[in-house]
Amino acid sequence: MSDVQDAAATAKNLSFEDALAELEAAVRQLEEGNLPLTEAIALYERGMGLAQQCSDLLDGAQLQVEQLTLVNGRQQRGFFFADEQA
Amino acid sequence: MKTWTVGSLTHYIQELLEFDPQLGDVWLSGELSNVSHSSAGHLYFTLKDATAAIRCVMWRSVVEKVTWAPAQGTAALAHGRISVYSVQGNYQLVVDQLQPIGLGDLYNQFERLREQLKAEGLFDDARKRLLPAFPKLLGIVTSPQAAALRDVLNVIGRRYPLVRIRLAPTLVQGTTAPPQIVAALQAVDADDEVDAILLVRGGGSLEELWAFNDEQVARAIAACRHPVVCGVGHETDFTIADFVADVRAPTPSAAAELAVPDQAELRQRVGLRARQIEQALRRRLSLARQATDQQRRALQRLSPQTQIEARRQQVDDLSQRAGRSLGHALALHHSQLAGWQARLAALSPLAVLERGYAIVRQQDTGAIVRQVEQVAPGDRLSVRVQDGEFGATVRSGA
Repeated sequence: MSDVQDAAATAKNLSFEDALAELEAAVRQLEEGNLPLTEAIALYERGMGLAQQCSDLLDGAQLQVEQLTLVNGRQQRGFFFADEQA
Repeated sequence: MKTWTVGSLTHYIQELLEFDPQLGDVWLSGELSNVSHSSAGHLYFTLKDATAAIRCVMWRSVVEKVTWAPAQGTAALAHGRISVYSVQGNYQLVVDQLQPIGLGDLYNQFERLREQLKAEGLFDDARKRLLPAFPKLLGIVTSPQAAALRDVLNVIGRRYPLVRIRLAPTLVQGTTAPPQIVAALQAVDADDEVDAILLVRGGGSLEELWAFNDEQVARAIAACRHPVVCGVGHETDFTIADFVADVRAPTPSAAAELAVPDQAELRQRVGLRARQIEQALRRRLSLARQATDQQRRALQRLSPQTQIEARRQQVDDLSQRAGRSLGHALALHHSQLAGWQARLAALSPLAVLERGYAIVRQQDTGAIVRQVEQVAPGDRLSVRVQDGEFGATVRSGA
């Protein structure tokens, strides 16, 4: 169980794109079927952690909008506020 | 000399024209004339300039999407393909898009700029860049007050809220708009982190959209280091910005949809991969189980336990056989011994003595007396009978 948590924990730092790419690579590798059993199990646990990370990222995401403004001739970044932003 | 029929020559011309790749994808600008609506809802017209005219037809399905009223004398930009109408021996442009390009000056400006930029290669397909599949940071160049921005943010928020949005605000109409659009494009494009840029504006009149036909805007789009998606106006509006952008979207919302993946699809994909990896592991485990079973059977065959049992049985078997053959040998020896004893017993002189015979010897020499002349009177003899010996003296000779 702790391995699963470790695998999930390290997947936590990955971006959605990286997590998905690694997940798909893991699927391909495991489907080839030539791995030693312990590596296959580790890869599976890693894959499940990656899938969880993908879901978590989507679940937790909230669109961030920032706005560039020109202050004294220099670009600055700030928060964007719109009256009717959904 | 070949003689054609009217039909075969028309068919030949038709194939020449309709299979020509250039004529299958035509942008044609000119002035509308002879505009007539048919009762079936199709629109017939001619596009002409100072030197020539081309017949055009627009089928009802396209006419229904046109949001303006094509009228005599309007300058227009049409897109379509050349086809041959064999019944009348005409060639015509079958139009699938038609938009006004303003009157007089605006039309000429548009046409001149379009030709010029096209000649420079700014519209070439080879220049078009692909959008990243999973953008992390999207620049948006538009007016912060406009409905177009709200639509774009709604679409992106629903489809892919993982992306960060950086808004570069600008005016999107009026004479001051083009330099602001250029500056906004340059401001978002300056950051390497930006994955793509959306240049959007909602629908409006030709004059209101005119900033997107500006040469400086077009060149700024072409100069962007990151791919640009242009979504200006409605589906039927075409601007120079559309031509030069990497991706042309019919509306601002469509630009948003093209720029980000859809999380509903992504969730399905992740779920599918999770099932696949689970199945792959299941297969791997059952493979391992099979291999283990096989090894166990092999091991059982080779195990010392099995060997010991096999040897024990062998020993048992051998000892039984040894026991059996030893018994046989002993019995044989016994019977042989008994035979020899019997023969020995039969040969023993004692057996003769039992029958009443006696053995006589010279007492001094021990020589057996077999004949009378061996003894003389007075000799001392020893007589052996069955149960012992006694002495005797010869009294008289023969």
